[in-house]
Amino acid sequence: MEDLSIYIHIPFCNSKCYYCDFISFTGQENKVEAYISSLITELSLYKKDLKDYKIKTIFIGGGTPSAIDPIYIYRVLDYLYSNFNTHEDMEVSIELNPGTLSLEKLNIYKQAGINRVSIGLQTFNNNILGSLGRRHHAEEFFSSLDMVKEVGFNNINVDLIFGLPDQNLTDGMIDITTLVQLGVHHISYYSLIIEPNTPMYKWHQEGKLHLMDEDSERKLYHQVKEFLKYEGYVHYEISNFSLDGYQCKHNMVYWNIKPYLGVGLSSHSYLMGKRFWNTSKLNDYLDSLSEGNLPVEDEELISKEIEIAEYCIFGLRLIQGINKREFFNRFGVDLRDIYGHTIEKHKKAGLLIEDDRYLRLTDRGLDLANLVEVDFLP
Amino acid sequence: MHNIKQENIRNFSIIAHIDHGKSTLADRLIEQTGMLTTREMQSQVLDNMDLERERGITIKLKAVQLIYKAKDGEDYILNLIDTPGHVDFNYEVSRSLAACEGAILIIDASQGIEAQTLANVYLALDQDLEILPVINKIDLPSARPDEVKREVEDIIGIDCEDAPLISAKEGINIEGVLEAIVNKVPAPQGDPQAPLKALIFDSVYDSYKGVICYIRVFEGTIKPGMQIKMMATGKEFEVTEVGINTSKHVVVDKLEAGDVGFITASIKNVKEATVGDTITDAENPTPEPLPGYKKVVPMVYCGIYPAEGEDFNTVRDALEKLQVNDAALVFEPETSAALGFGFRCGFLGLLHMEIIQERLDREFDLNVITTAPSVIYKVTTTDGKVLDIQNPSNLPPPSEIEYMEEPIVTASIMTPTDYVGAIMELCQNKRGTFLNMEYLEETRVVMHYELPLNEVIYDFFDALKSKTRGYASLDYELKGYQESNLVKLDILINGEAVDAFSLIVHEDKAYDRGRSIAERLREVIPRHQFAVPIQAAIGSKIIARETIRALRKDVLAKCYGGDISRKRKLLEKQKEGKKRMRQIGSVEVPQEAFLTVLKYDEK
Repeated sequence: MEDLSIYIHIPFCNSKCYYCDFISFTGQENKVEAYISSLITELSLYKKDLKDYKIKTIFIGGGTPSAIDPIYIYRVLDYLYSNFNTHEDMEVSIELNPGTLSLEKLNIYKQAGINRVSIGLQTFNNNILGSLGRRHHAEEFFSSLDMVKEVGFNNINVDLIFGLPDQNLTDGMIDITTLVQLGVHHISYYSLIIEPNTPMYKWHQEGKLHLMDEDSERKLYHQVKEFLKYEGYVHYEISNFSLDGYQCKHNMVYWNIKPYLGVGLSSHSYLMGKRFWNTSKLNDYLDSLSEGNLPVEDEELISKEIEIAEYCIFGLRLIQGINKREFFNRFGVDLRDIYGHTIEKHKKAGLLIEDDRYLRLTDRGLDLANLVEVDFLP
Repeated sequence: MHNIKQENIRNFSIIAHIDHGKSTLADRLIEQTGMLTTREMQSQVLDNMDLERERGITIKLKAVQLIYKAKDGEDYILNLIDTPGHVDFNYEVSRSLAACEGAILIIDASQGIEAQTLANVYLALDQDLEILPVINKIDLPSARPDEVKREVEDIIGIDCEDAPLISAKEGINIEGVLEAIVNKVPAPQGDPQAPLKALIFDSVYDSYKGVICYIRVFEGTIKPGMQIKMMATGKEFEVTEVGINTSKHVVVDKLEAGDVGFITASIKNVKEATVGDTITDAENPTPEPLPGYKKVVPMVYCGIYPAEGEDFNTVRDALEKLQVNDAALVFEPETSAALGFGFRCGFLGLLHMEIIQERLDREFDLNVITTAPSVIYKVTTTDGKVLDIQNPSNLPPPSEIEYMEEPIVTASIMTPTDYVGAIMELCQNKRGTFLNMEYLEETRVVMHYELPLNEVIYDFFDALKSKTRGYASLDYELKGYQESNLVKLDILINGEAVDAFSLIVHEDKAYDRGRSIAERLREVIPRHQFAVPIQAAIGSKIIARETIRALRKDVLAKCYGGDISRKRKLLEKQKEGKKRMRQIGSVEVPQEAFLTVLKYDEK
């Protein structure tokens, strides 16, 4: 049986952060009940087709999954366990926001089989949190983390964002050193992306944001990489660090271009050579499922050529790089036969490096990954 | 074809400033004579090329035949021969005027007469055409028809008392225009029995029929099966088809003296049927050809190179096809260290150059790079030779140059008096010499200047429009050559001189121009993995320097399940962008960079 990963999207939030362009809603609490029923209907529609798959990881993301009653999360997971094949050692993750948690809630998550939590901290600086539209304060994060530990979760990720408005190099280093002292297992360290259709994008266009200059931003990233290495964290993907053995198995599925099913509003799936995605309109989603139809908006066939390109593009985002033997085993062709010229070009420019087993980005290559990745397109 | 007598034929053109409503009036005339129903009409029928419709100007002339039942109860054939309105196209205007007996002069009721229109009116007067003034846009609140009439009478000296007041857009008094054509434009003369004498005023290449010649028959008759001779080239052909242009080509059995139409004769090569040539009967030739046209002289040259991924031969084929009905375009192969194999092309002016570039793109789907335009400089070398230099790369080293001369034009700038100061400042900046200024009326003047052509082709027109909010108009003609202190300005990218950016400029302008080009290139060339210096130099002396900072970061932070396709599409976009880049050494230069060098600097 082939392994499968499941992504479940919970598009509800107590408030919307200024930088966020994910599909999520505030003030739609009255639709949560219908949404969860629809999620279960959606899963049921895949049940037959996926009977030969075995679930290896589940990720509940959002939105803010912890913003809704935990019993809903329990219901969805319970449905999955009872209707799909699952691995014993499944990784089940959920995203949590500080200020939305209680011991009771966390206990229900635990009973629901969740064994990994991901807390959206972003920064310890309360002023900056305010200017990001985050509702919580650093203090709430500390108490959330205490509760998570008290309930017995021992695979904890914390998200940080850097390059934030009004953040300087020192602020950035304070965030990371503070976090490391708290002994979390995994750190996602994202450079701020200003996405179109967000309030922050508008402010940026209007010149109202004081963002760190590019040189300082990169310096911070390099310092943090160095620091985390000494603190025992393995840098394993451009924006992800973990203690040994705590890599996020779910995300590794994405980066290795392996099959996953995404359910819920706007979720993407990659199954049987097709990538397809759900509608982003809440009412359309609810309506089609109430009529027993999949809410799929569109699909894209992934040819072998594109699959190879994606495998390389995402493989290069992994710090260890592309495993050349795995590449050959999967595609039946030598990496060099396709990309020999590209590889040489970027090795010469100091962006790629190669040994017997792996092809990977250099430190500079990691900063300029797009320049390299673009040449791996067909 | 028709059984309308020669005395009921009227051949006419329309002269108008660019946006004074020529195409709209043409549409209305066509509509009013019932040739097409309104529904069938695309707006502005006469402007066939997309480009023309978009820019609202007519570039290639064409002819269309209308049948009009006049108030006197008789049917008339009205042959409308289109003319371009821009200063670059005087040559084509004279081509179409030569086929007519009259011309409608459209004047905007609020803006009055413009310099370019005036130039075309003089061309028409030179050819003894009857000029019919028509005051357009009288529906606009700012219309001042009486003043404008007086202005036309004062400036051109033609009677405007009976000039129809119309609105082409609203369809007001179109009949007045038609009646004026019938009553005032003389009927053509010429004997259908005489030896054939027909003028080719335009031609297009058709892949099935060969060259289609648009002709005006002055004497005699032309019909299928007839053996004809091109008087300039001496080539003979058998006529396969004769016809007229209504909304489409209509085949007829003959064209007689006075008629306007087209012929095909299995002519494979356009050089065998050049515009301006006279067609005669091979068996019974006329002794004297028609006067033809004065040979056009390109005033502006630039390099046209195939962009990344385009083929040299495809570009050549396309240029050859464009040349078929654009005698003003000349080209020959050249090579550039930066751009490879391409062509040195000569144009009437900057607009003509831009139009050729756009036609290559739209009609042939070709992507080309255009280098900075240049005029022809006369260089006298120390050993006494005189060289014509139109490519800065061919300029001899300074030690071998005795002196250099540049072309000077006399320019007429017509403007509301409010902008006189701004224009004087501009002309001063462009090394102009003031000649005189005439008051056309209290609030309008025409200013005469001598200006170096290389300043005019650079950004003069854009600057003039910008400084006068579009109210001033410009016309110019070549006066001659004048000794001048000129230098070659080189642009170095990453330490390497890029020949395609080199310019010949006046010494006093070199520093400003060099700095402005370097600044612009810094803006348009994307950042690379390494810092890229951009320098402007005269000989070995660096006069300006800018640096494009090294790219430090180009990576997407977050990439999960929902982002995979999106990320790939972002990269695909990035790759598309790279395709439009030109590799110069290790630097990728976008195609726009070559155009940026030419753009008007608002500062």
